[in-house]
Amino acid sequence: MSLDKEFLEYKNRRYGMDHERYSWSMLSDRPAISWPDDKKIAVWINVCLQFFPLNQSGKPFKVPYGMTMPYPDLRHYSLRDYGNRVGLFRILKALDRYQIKPTFAVNTRLAERNPYLMGLLKERGDEITCHGYHMDALHYGGQDVKEENELIDRALNSLRDLSGQEIHGWLSPARSESENTPELLAAHGIRYFSDWVNDDMPYTFSTENGPLTAMPLSNELEDAFILQSNLHSEQSYADQVCDAFDFLRAEAKNHGGRMLALNIHPWMLGQPHRIGKLEQVLEYITSTNDVWSGSASEIRQAFHTQNGVD
Amino acid sequence: MMREDPNLYDYWAYQDRPKIEWPGGAKLAFWVAPNIEFYELDPPQNPHRKPWPYATPSVGGYSIRDYGNRVGHARQMALLDKYGIRGSISLSTALCDHHPEIIEQCKDRNWEFFSHGVYNTRYTYGLSEEQEREMIQDSVDTILKHTGHKPAGYLAPALSHSEITVDLFAEAGGLYTCDLFHDDQPTPVHVRSGQRFVSLPYSLEMNDTIAYVVNKIEPRRYGQIIKDNFDRLYAEGAESGTVMCIPTHNYQVSCPHRMRAFEEALEYITGHSDVWVSTGRDIADYYLNNYYDQAVQSIAEQARRYA
Repeated sequence: MSLDKEFLEYKNRRYGMDHERYSWSMLSDRPAISWPDDKKIAVWINVCLQFFPLNQSGKPFKVPYGMTMPYPDLRHYSLRDYGNRVGLFRILKALDRYQIKPTFAVNTRLAERNPYLMGLLKERGDEITCHGYHMDALHYGGQDVKEENELIDRALNSLRDLSGQEIHGWLSPARSESENTPELLAAHGIRYFSDWVNDDMPYTFSTENGPLTAMPLSNELEDAFILQSNLHSEQSYADQVCDAFDFLRAEAKNHGGRMLALNIHPWMLGQPHRIGKLEQVLEYITSTNDVWSGSASEIRQAFHTQNGVD
Repeated sequence: MMREDPNLYDYWAYQDRPKIEWPGGAKLAFWVAPNIEFYELDPPQNPHRKPWPYATPSVGGYSIRDYGNRVGHARQMALLDKYGIRGSISLSTALCDHHPEIIEQCKDRNWEFFSHGVYNTRYTYGLSEEQEREMIQDSVDTILKHTGHKPAGYLAPALSHSEITVDLFAEAGGLYTCDLFHDDQPTPVHVRSGQRFVSLPYSLEMNDTIAYVVNKIEPRRYGQIIKDNFDRLYAEGAESGTVMCIPTHNYQVSCPHRMRAFEEALEYITGHSDVWVSTGRDIADYYLNNYYDQAVQSIAEQARRYA
């Protein structure tokens, strides 16, 4: 019994990372950032507006929170759709009440199917980013590059048409990427994306078609991860967000501005028994006077201006 | 052929053992073992275990582990400094090459470095004896080269073992293993060389990754579990002398929403007077020098009692 020789060879054992995507850097060593009005915490609320098709292909994997039952899975289809019909309006009311601005990560297929929803978002004027074509249109390792290029083309062209916005931000469905996704995004005019969860602050991510900004959007602090994947209680969700906020606020005192980036889903937090916990979080963080509410692009801009980039 | 039993230790009931008294008369020896790991983005595929669930790039799995080194490490280090705890690092030793800044910071604090293999994406499964010896020796040599000390302890990479993992580490000059979860006190371990070698309680139950990823528990409950675990071991320690370990990962415990619960637990534990805040190596050394022989004798006596 033995393994091939390559199993004890370490071709990327060297200083820094084992790839060329970004350089190695510890957050604690970086220069301090200050946000507008000298607020300690930039708050980015990323509201995912998703379309889970009933005829899910499940390739190359079933997207988390998608269809699980034999076709037609009316149960999961309609429960996810609930978010766009009902849950969203509770979330908007809560955010508006506390004057926290959302950024909307939209599946392009949803925008195509729901003119009312797009009209509403355009009227509000909040930033819209692309969340891929739909939740079953996955980007994945080994994907044919032409096929992926067409997918990104379709997703961005259509969303740009429908939203009237330039669309600079991207979040892949299930945060799943191929080896080529960052190159293709940069070639399509995307400036920042949030699939990589390795930092609490923005950093520069290299592609062959120019740099992207990796914008931190915690998966561990996401509503669906806490409530659906981990089955934590609603109160624990609120506790975790408030504890994170307190910790980051304390860290910001000595290390410069920090970000609280919350990825939320109307089908999850927009339920009647959960919306109160979002309100509790918003009440808590806005009571401190330490919060700057920005869209993802505004936060990115504020960050890069100080770092002399862009 | 597979064995029924790992043949690493004998049955030894928790009652009727010689009482351990830790330095300063402490009832409980406490240590924190931060796992400082490197996972490769594109490792060779081990036929027995996949490093990542989907085709490379596994963006989510890779990047959250990188978070531990980029962001989490400095946080946990500051917290351990605050409570006067020297970490005992379970180290993916290739990290000495990738992230020497982390190694330097830990050396400055006189933390202990023990071996957790070369990469956490290189498993023991399928290695020949010669290959496993080479991998373990690489990890031992790397720690020696970068820290000036040979590692005393071993935790197999990603807890992947062979039947001779512990033997090989003992032969590489080690003193203790973290791979066994059969006790709340150190115990003698049989190794084929016959040398004196021990198992230290490392605790999967207190391990943040087991708690958060496998058992999916809420952060504040994790903090409460740690305190409850401590309370019982501290009380019993007056009679038996116990060891408590919290194994951590900077990509789990150092996330902003989990730091408060961890800090409260550390504050609670270190606020007790009869706790020896120690390291893996110091606990193993103290045990080997003071209790190992008594333990071997007690195990033999217990085996004879109802024979």
